[in-house]
Amino acid sequence: MLQLKEKLLSSFIAFENQKDVDSYVHGIRTKAIKNFEKEGFPTKKMENWKYTSLKKALNYDYKLFPSESQTLEFKDIKKYLIDEIESYKIIFVDGKYCSHLSETTHEGMDICILSSALTQPKYDLVIENYFDKISKKDGITCLNTAFSSEGTYINIPNNVQVDKPIQVIYFSTGKNESVLYQPRNLIVVGENSHVEIIERHQSLNNNSVLVNSVSEIYCNKRSIVKHYKIQNDKRNASLIDNTFVSQERNSDYNLHTFSLGGELTRNNLSIFQNDERIESTIKGITIIGENQHVDHNTLIHHKKPNCNSYQDYKGIFGENSVGVFNGQVLVEKEAQKTNAFQANNNVLISDKATINTKPQLEIFADDVKCSHGCTVGELDKNALFYLRSRGIPEKEATALLMYGFANKVLGSVSIPEVKTRINNIIANKLNVKIGFDI
Amino acid sequence: MVKKNIMLKIKNLHAKVEGKDILKGINLEIKAGEVHAIMGPNGSGKSTLASVITGKEEYEMTEGEILFEKENLEDISPEERAHKGIFMSFQYPIEIPGITTTNFIKTAINETRKARGQNDMPAKDMLKMLREKCDLLDIDQKFLSRSINDGFSGGEKKRNEIFQMAMLEPKLAILDETDSGLDIDALKIVANGVNKLKRQDNAVMVITHYQRLLDHIIPDYVHVLFDGKIVKSGNKELAVELEKKGYDWIKEEIKE
Repeated sequence: MLQLKEKLLSSFIAFENQKDVDSYVHGIRTKAIKNFEKEGFPTKKMENWKYTSLKKALNYDYKLFPSESQTLEFKDIKKYLIDEIESYKIIFVDGKYCSHLSETTHEGMDICILSSALTQPKYDLVIENYFDKISKKDGITCLNTAFSSEGTYINIPNNVQVDKPIQVIYFSTGKNESVLYQPRNLIVVGENSHVEIIERHQSLNNNSVLVNSVSEIYCNKRSIVKHYKIQNDKRNASLIDNTFVSQERNSDYNLHTFSLGGELTRNNLSIFQNDERIESTIKGITIIGENQHVDHNTLIHHKKPNCNSYQDYKGIFGENSVGVFNGQVLVEKEAQKTNAFQANNNVLISDKATINTKPQLEIFADDVKCSHGCTVGELDKNALFYLRSRGIPEKEATALLMYGFANKVLGSVSIPEVKTRINNIIANKLNVKIGFDI
Repeated sequence: MVKKNIMLKIKNLHAKVEGKDILKGINLEIKAGEVHAIMGPNGSGKSTLASVITGKEEYEMTEGEILFEKENLEDISPEERAHKGIFMSFQYPIEIPGITTTNFIKTAINETRKARGQNDMPAKDMLKMLREKCDLLDIDQKFLSRSINDGFSGGEKKRNEIFQMAMLEPKLAILDETDSGLDIDALKIVANGVNKLKRQDNAVMVITHYQRLLDHIIPDYVHVLFDGKIVKSGNKELAVELEKKGYDWIKEEIKE
């Protein structure tokens, strides 16, 4: 950990010298690296990281900038795309934007890349208004900020219904090297606008990969943002996903996180409700097995009256896998008539699997409806007998029940093709044969 | 007259649940083509009998034996019993969100076929059968893509049970209190479905508290279960008599 920290600190100077040192962002990066130097990487001594150790993930000799990037063809990436639908595509390969696989736009909106936004003067105002404004100032986020140079940039003006979903995929191909990637995403959605985003990190080789991603998402008045994170990476890949969402009056932010692959996955999700009548819905399905670890760390910050939040995280844990759910709901004194719901339901299918679940409700208002429930259990014995009595063998019946348990979360997915894809991944993982419906 | 095969033979069956003796020596023989009604007051062991025959694990057989087509069912799993052709319509069907009725029934049929050494049923045949059986039970096909019993009314759940029975074509169908929770129209639809599925090579065991279902599914034999034993057997007239007089006279008879 120390070694990596030193390496990062010394690389920063060389990295930053290549950039325009007079720019607005230079100051932010410089401040961020100082912060990182002070804070360092999180350790298990910190309350929020009690159950998740980065020790192993940080113990590789990561390249900070991949030495070469491989050329990918559409056929190489097809299966990672939801290609049954028309979509905008922002594809990165080894940290670099890949234009021939992407489909971006500047017509009436900007669906493009952060490196352009950071370097072209016409974007200065947006950058100054939104960049690094809501991201946390902890070590891991500051590290990303310090090296932030590439990622997704989406700016939707007011009153635009984006005509098709946006798919963002970060591929890693690095042949013989372990790489640390730090993508940075800035998403600004204007008033009355509507956008759907599908996000994925995908390693294509067997070297160790660590992704430390930061996204800032701004939902302006009455905007609707539907966001899907598909976390189904290879077993050598780890991900720290830091997502910060700022919501204005009457906006609706809706996130589904599908955590199915990877070695270590940590989702830091913070949602700030800045005004009244805001909806925030976050749902997750986690299905993991041998040597996998998934940690959901969520915060919903209710600041104003008459807002709703809804959290529904389900997990199935096999082998020696570890799951963590730490859900913080903060209701400020002013946030009367808040309606906050939180559920975390888990099924352990192995004696060796562990789940740590911790709801954290901090309520300072007196007229609110806040509920939370955590369950850790086995599958329903009566349901199992019901299926078996119909001729479905115990193993298949167990798989079918787990599939049904996880599948409930998919009901609210707005893009049918995403629903089908996740459905198939889950069925495959659980060895359930499906795909026959009237 | 053709000699009918004995399908189910229960000899001196004793069973306990949670350490409590419930069945205390049941003897029963059901032949192919027959309809048997098991009646009795609450707590007499009717549902326990059904659960023991279908192999529910919490029900422990302590004495006696159950033979299905001459084969002893001891140590045979619930799924294997289903593969052999035993089906139970549950008194309280289980709600399973997240799995559609279609996927469930498809899996059940194909697993059963696999166990019998057959290939999967072709999708086309499956669709045809689904449609036919939906029509038979007056079920809207939309309900097939809903999760199993999730949010169904009591009547819909029972109809779904008989629908599954129609799809699985069992040799022995045990209807555990299928009439409870059904209004008269639904009762007629369900009974009509059961009657249409009736053949010379299958059998039905109707477990019920009341006679009204037996107006529609006519039994060949009626047995009265009381305190874990069959205390009286007769024909359908016995059911009528029970309906009129209640169960108390049986209790009196036993005392004598």
